[in-house]
Amino acid sequence: MSIQVKKLPLPFQMLAYFARRPMVDGPLLAAVACVAALGLAVLYSASGSDTASVVKQSIRLAAGFTALLVLARIPPQQLRLWTPMLYCVGLVLLLVVAFLGEGRGAQRWLDLGVVRFQPAELLKLTVPMMLAWYLHGRALPPSLRDLAVCLILVAVPAVLIARQPDLGTALLVGSSGLFVLFLAGLSWRLVAGLGAAALALTPVLWHFMHDYQRSRVMMMFNPEADPLGRGWNIIQSKIAVGSGGLYGKGWLNGTQAHLEFLPERSTDFILAVYAEEFGLLGVVLLFALYFYIVSRCLGIAMQAKDTYSRLLAGTLSLTFFVYVIVNSGMISGLLPVVGVPLPLVSYGGTSLVSLLAAFGMIMSVHSHRRFLKER
Amino acid sequence: MRRSNSKPLRDAVRENQVFRSRALTGLVLVGLAFCILVARFTWLQVFQHEEFTTRSEDNRVKLRALAPNRGLIYDRKGRILADNRPAYRLEVIPEQVEDLDLTLAELGALFPISEDDLERFQKLKKARHSFQSVPVRFRLTESEVARFAIDRHRFPGVDIVPYQTRVYPMGPEFAHVLGYVGRLDAEDLKRVDASRYSATAHIGKTGIESYYESELHGDVGHERVEINVQGRVLGSLEREPPASGKNLYLTIDAELQQVAMQALSGYTGAIVAVEPLTGDLLALVSAPSFDPNQFIGGVSRENYQTLISSPDRPLFNRALQGGYEPGSTLKPYIALAGLESGTIPLSHTVFSSGFFQLPGQDRRYRDWKRGGHGSVDVVGAIEQSVNVFFYQLAYDLGINSIHDYLAQFGFGQPTGIDLRGESSGILPSTQWKRQVHGLPWYPGETVITGIGQGFTVTTPLQLAQAAAVIAARGHSPRIHLLDRLQDPASGDWEAPTRQELNVPIVDNRNWEAVIQGMARVIHGERGTARPYWGNASPYQFAGKSGTAQVYGLEEGEEYVEEEVATHLRHHALFIAFAPVESPQIAVSVVVEHGGGGARVAAPIARRVIDAYLGDGSALSMAGTEAAGSDPARPNVGAGSVSEPSG
Repeated sequence: MSIQVKKLPLPFQMLAYFARRPMVDGPLLAAVACVAALGLAVLYSASGSDTASVVKQSIRLAAGFTALLVLARIPPQQLRLWTPMLYCVGLVLLLVVAFLGEGRGAQRWLDLGVVRFQPAELLKLTVPMMLAWYLHGRALPPSLRDLAVCLILVAVPAVLIARQPDLGTALLVGSSGLFVLFLAGLSWRLVAGLGAAALALTPVLWHFMHDYQRSRVMMMFNPEADPLGRGWNIIQSKIAVGSGGLYGKGWLNGTQAHLEFLPERSTDFILAVYAEEFGLLGVVLLFALYFYIVSRCLGIAMQAKDTYSRLLAGTLSLTFFVYVIVNSGMISGLLPVVGVPLPLVSYGGTSLVSLLAAFGMIMSVHSHRRFLKER
Repeated sequence: MRRSNSKPLRDAVRENQVFRSRALTGLVLVGLAFCILVARFTWLQVFQHEEFTTRSEDNRVKLRALAPNRGLIYDRKGRILADNRPAYRLEVIPEQVEDLDLTLAELGALFPISEDDLERFQKLKKARHSFQSVPVRFRLTESEVARFAIDRHRFPGVDIVPYQTRVYPMGPEFAHVLGYVGRLDAEDLKRVDASRYSATAHIGKTGIESYYESELHGDVGHERVEINVQGRVLGSLEREPPASGKNLYLTIDAELQQVAMQALSGYTGAIVAVEPLTGDLLALVSAPSFDPNQFIGGVSRENYQTLISSPDRPLFNRALQGGYEPGSTLKPYIALAGLESGTIPLSHTVFSSGFFQLPGQDRRYRDWKRGGHGSVDVVGAIEQSVNVFFYQLAYDLGINSIHDYLAQFGFGQPTGIDLRGESSGILPSTQWKRQVHGLPWYPGETVITGIGQGFTVTTPLQLAQAAAVIAARGHSPRIHLLDRLQDPASGDWEAPTRQELNVPIVDNRNWEAVIQGMARVIHGERGTARPYWGNASPYQFAGKSGTAQVYGLEEGEEYVEEEVATHLRHHALFIAFAPVESPQIAVSVVVEHGGGGARVAAPIARRVIDAYLGDGSALSMAGTEAAGSDPARPNVGAGSVSEPSG
């Protein structure tokens, strides 16, 4: 057996190596793979049976799962050592994007020739890593001074991203910072204070928002005010979801999607396509999978032996949850339209790879839990 | 690590506990959030499911009206007179256009859209629902269609629609028979059932096209179509096809119509040709004419101005609406009135000394021939058009018996032809004068009525109708244009019912005498039309000339044609039928300002009759043709030639 393995080409040798010692959490990987598979099926329908998009997305998934498997083998201590450097690289890239980036209406993308890449996605990982790194050696719950440092570490990239403007990602990055502090045991009084501060800052935020962002928020409350304009997305999304009913219209039979009434149907609004075609039963199944993933990840975080590992794993799982809630809330008209994709399902590369990388780190925490000793 | 060593007071166990409790709190919150989401989706997908299903259907399904094909129009031998050809028009669905003015302006940059187009568009838009399409431009050229196709994505709610456009291949020759279709406008929509016209862009405006609009139009179809967000139709879900309009076969003979048109070229006037035994209208010409094709796409203001300001009034249908003093063409009917009523016997003669005077009055009613015609009987009086004979006869008959007898020939009332706007002419009586003018009748007015002057007004159609009644010896179906119609779907034929004009016959010999007089007008030694009639022919004609005064002459004044301005010259009239014994065709000819009736109008009548009857070889065929030799033609109308009489 081993002789045969050596004769195989390199990628297969690597696969065989991973297969022998996967160092992953099987159930979690299975749940993630299930959601990704569902995503491909919906994408096929949403893209109008376009095999090319499905193939492209599959390649991204393969790249993401490779990143997952590789990261799962890297011990958390190693990751911790690289953290400050990764954080700085992320910041620099954000600055580069601010000056050189491209994209429709907003500067988010960096063209690397082969792939285009959103540096903001990197920050979704490096900001919680950085905060976990900072709090790792310190007494918990964090002191006021530590809190201030953490807030600055979060605020700098969050403001840069918000200025692109990419409010959705900025909120995700910001919330990941708050999750670190929350999980680190920040006193309930300070948590309440931060919440109050956030509420107080809302008018300020409103002031700095672009007109299109403001109208999106307003439209959430009364989309029928402009049914053919700014209210269109929300109305069509709700029609798609509502007309899906309990059992859905069936795969490839969603009229809202296939007749192009639903905008952004393979990216941000893919959940509406899914809800239209698979109905409430499909939606509940998907939410159950998501809930399982989040709870499994939090469980892994609880078993971790060091602060960095558990803060990182816990924060990444809660951030994953925020993705789901913001996107589903938008689809169902509970939250304003914010450009947040449905994790593992929406078409798009950078977010997919960064999500799977996050799962890789969580797996790493899981597989290294026994060998870890607090130094 | 260094930093961790500097904080020796850390309590790892407690940190772990804090983290666990926080993570559990987080998990509970996550669970709660998922519960809220599931509740929200349940609300949308279960409780509001029906409402959203309706809205989703409204999104994708549109009801589209399908225009029926307009029925085609043929002549009696199946030659096409009004055809449909494929064309393209530009339509806008106002509801789907964000900024209508801007869109129209941008479309105007692609191809010309005239002021008229825009005006009609705005009017139609108000008359239709905003989800219904409204045409902007018709008859787009191929390059215009191509230009739009390139920029199509810029114009949601705007579309190129194929349709059938009307074409009149014979153009001006049939303008006064067929009329024309024009664009459906807001006024039309008030007249018709708008739901039947929801997909229709054109409607009959005049002529046959207007009279038989409901038969020609057909029934609108409907289609439930699936559309995408741009309003583009992706497929049909359900379809109730439109029912094409019925095809009309007219009694008109296209060849004869062309001959009649040519015969009148250069004149203003009218020709009507009828088949006496059937009442079939064979030709109806009003000159000058116009090209009806220019009205289909919407006539330009400029062309329309030219048409309505022309002194010759090409749009005016003289055959139908032109009122002319009948002049001497009325004499055969006066003669018949006298004979049949017993006012004069067949042997009655009158000595013409050149004028007639009412008892006790000085005024002289003159003969057209100086010194008179001498002694004439009724045949000679018609042959030579002896005024004195008819002055006396009219005076003896009295105006009311003239009125009552002539009314039986259809004078003074519409012929009932299947065209709109026919004028009824005037057949005067004492009652009529009292009602219209509020004045008593004077005997002198009876005298001039005897030669077709005074109040009497006839249309060329009435003249032809009356000639047909004489030719057919008393009964002739009322004049009509529609021979039969066919439902293109079932192939079933339909023939309209006919009404007859019946003049009771007291004595056949009276009729034959009058007809003989009319034959002598053409063939007799002293016949008024003889010098102008031309070569001999294998069959006999009967006819009567007439001259309608455009302005009255003072007593003693001479009418010298060359000295009178053209527009004041007399109108030339002629009625004729042939062959005398078995009439196939009766014709009336009016040439405005043509001068003497026999000189100008008689040759035109001959040309038309000859064209129809041919050189005599066609004569034997003509009899069978009238009975329906065309295999496609069901047995409509008379089956036999009139019985010989007298």
